[in-house]
Amino acid sequence: MHILEEKIRKATAAGRPALIPFLTAGFPDRALFWPTLMELDENGADIIEIGVPFSDPVADGPVVEEASRRALSDGVNLRDILRELVERRGLIKAGVVLMGYLNPFLQYGLENLARDAEKGGVHGLIVPDLPFEESAPLRAALKERGIALIPLVGPNTGTERMLLYAADSQGYAYVVSVMGITGERADLAPQVAATMSRARAAFSLPLALGFGLREPAQLAALPPEARPDAVVFGSALLKHLDNGGSAEEFLARWK
Amino acid sequence: MSQSARYGIPDSRGFFGAYGGQYVPEAIKARLDELSRALDAALEDTSFQRELESLFVHYTGRPSPVFHCANLSERLGGAQIWLKREDLNHLGAHKINNTLGQCLLARRMGKKRVIAETGAGQHGVATAASAALMGLECTICMGEVDIERQHLNVIRMEMLGARVLPATSGQRTLKEAVDEALALWISDPDMFYVLGSAVGPHPYPYMVRRFQSVIGREARAQMLEELGRLPDVCLACVGGGSNAIGLFAGFLDDADVRLVGVEPGGRGTAYGEHAASLCLGEPGVLHGFHSYMIKDANGEAGCVYSISAGLDYPSVGPEHAQLKDQGRAEYVSVTDQEALEAFFALSRHEGVIPALESSHALAQAMKMAPGMSGDKALLVSLSGRGDKDVAQVAEMLREHKIRQPEV
Ligand SMILES: Cc1ncc(COP(=O)(O)O)c(C=O)c1O
Repeated sequence: MHILEEKIRKATAAGRPALIPFLTAGFPDRALFWPTLMELDENGADIIEIGVPFSDPVADGPVVEEASRRALSDGVNLRDILRELVERRGLIKAGVVLMGYLNPFLQYGLENLARDAEKGGVHGLIVPDLPFEESAPLRAALKERGIALIPLVGPNTGTERMLLYAADSQGYAYVVSVMGITGERADLAPQVAATMSRARAAFSLPLALGFGLREPAQLAALPPEARPDAVVFGSALLKHLDNGGSAEEFLARWK
Repeated sequence: MSQSARYGIPDSRGFFGAYGGQYVPEAIKARLDELSRALDAALEDTSFQRELESLFVHYTGRPSPVFHCANLSERLGGAQIWLKREDLNHLGAHKINNTLGQCLLARRMGKKRVIAETGAGQHGVATAASAALMGLECTICMGEVDIERQHLNVIRMEMLGARVLPATSGQRTLKEAVDEALALWISDPDMFYVLGSAVGPHPYPYMVRRFQSVIGREARAQMLEELGRLPDVCLACVGGGSNAIGLFAGFLDDADVRLVGVEPGGRGTAYGEHAASLCLGEPGVLHGFHSYMIKDANGEAGCVYSISAGLDYPSVGPEHAQLKDQGRAEYVSVTDQEALEAFFALSRHEGVIPALESSHALAQAMKMAPGMSGDKALLVSLSGRGDKDVAQVAEMLREHKIRQPEV
């Protein structure tokens, strides 16, 4: 079993959803990024997704996009992120997943990326602008080093496409709760239950639900069979941190 | 529409050779697949084709003529320069060929609303007009900075019934307008995204090329009619590459016709001073497709600059990338200064004020003509008229940033 799957299964066994905070690299600023990440790690994060900033994040909502823009203007880049991960290897208890757009990865070189990600203790990658059809080279490079390429599916992803991903994925499957881009939403879209059940049928992997999650009450509103094994929070966490809130406070809501 | 067997048709994953494709999230992929199916069906349907052709004639004013620049050619002393007059289309540019096609398709798909991004406003105005004609609700996303710079076009769009939505994040220009428009599009299944150039994920480059290929189809027949033979060289400016691919489409199978795409060389070849993606960029993935692009060392979209707002895009249509690698088309760049000289020359000697974008193509023709014999013919895509640029050029003159060349 892939280590990311293990982390989530362990939470399930303990009767709770696994917690997956998303933090843009270099957020809230360069000095506070690693302390914030370590605080998430110490306060119950099972997996941490680190966002690699990109100039044109087509899948992200305004909050993540702004965080990305700020990080870029502070000079945050993939090379430094990987180097700093190597320096902290063994210090992070949670699973580590990098989420970023394809072109910076291409520029780094897919082989180099797989090698350095392994060195830095990265367990998985999420590349939103890489659909299955174009993923073979990256998938192969990562597989060799035991790094999972996490599929990202949503309400308008057909069942055949989910099965396509299911046949060749490890770790977990990431289900986006609303049509479209990331961002904090007041209510989970009504279609989320339907999407979750379709994903349940297609994947044997655990399911993480993301995009728009703020508080546990949102999950309680879902029928039990549509509840995810893991929850991902991005925009809400970034906003909370930007308003001076702490990582510990944010995670405490979910424990 | 007749289609070349060798050129212009991407493979089943949307690639022109190594370029193009669909590098998009699943949520967008599903919408693109829906669009691909609808486009294929429409292109097979003669009634769709007939309706579009009828609009081209009665609404746009096609065919646009070809015009022999006898005065300019004589002054230059060499090859004869001809213009394909896309500036004479309704609204004054080639953009309308594409927006009519896409809005007609949107209506056929049963969509209620269209959305488009715009930088300088040309594509926004063309989309707003096409949507008004077809009874579609229209939203145009435009950066806050551009809204200020292009106020007249904002008024035009609003008069045409469009809602102009300011993009307020980041640099507040075209890129942010694209982000905003994409976000609204993905969250609304009844909305159609009208893309303004031969860029983006498949099927957009292919679709835009099909709708713009009317330029080359007409031009080929017109040159045969006028000269009894084909032109020796076809030239067009390349921003995203839609007017260029539209012109080239008519001549790709004519191996003796040289095809020259002209990119904005701006103030020079240093990074940040130009937007010459094919001449100076490298392959990469941006905005959902693989092509030559201008990027920084980390693979971020690079800084670009051009005197003309319609050309400063950091990537380029994937079919052009393929044509460059195949050597079937050549890509060169001309500077702001050269484009301005062409702008003044055509105004002064032929009584036609060209768009600054189109002036780039003309500038390259003016460079080439003197070295060629008088029986050769250069055909330039005059993609738009220059009315929109007159105020900008006047201001540069007033501030002594440029000088009007002597006659
Ligand atoms: C008159 C004119 N020509 C050319 C262009 C560049 O677009 P493309 O390269 O897609 O033809 C524009 C874009 O706004 C334009 O307005």
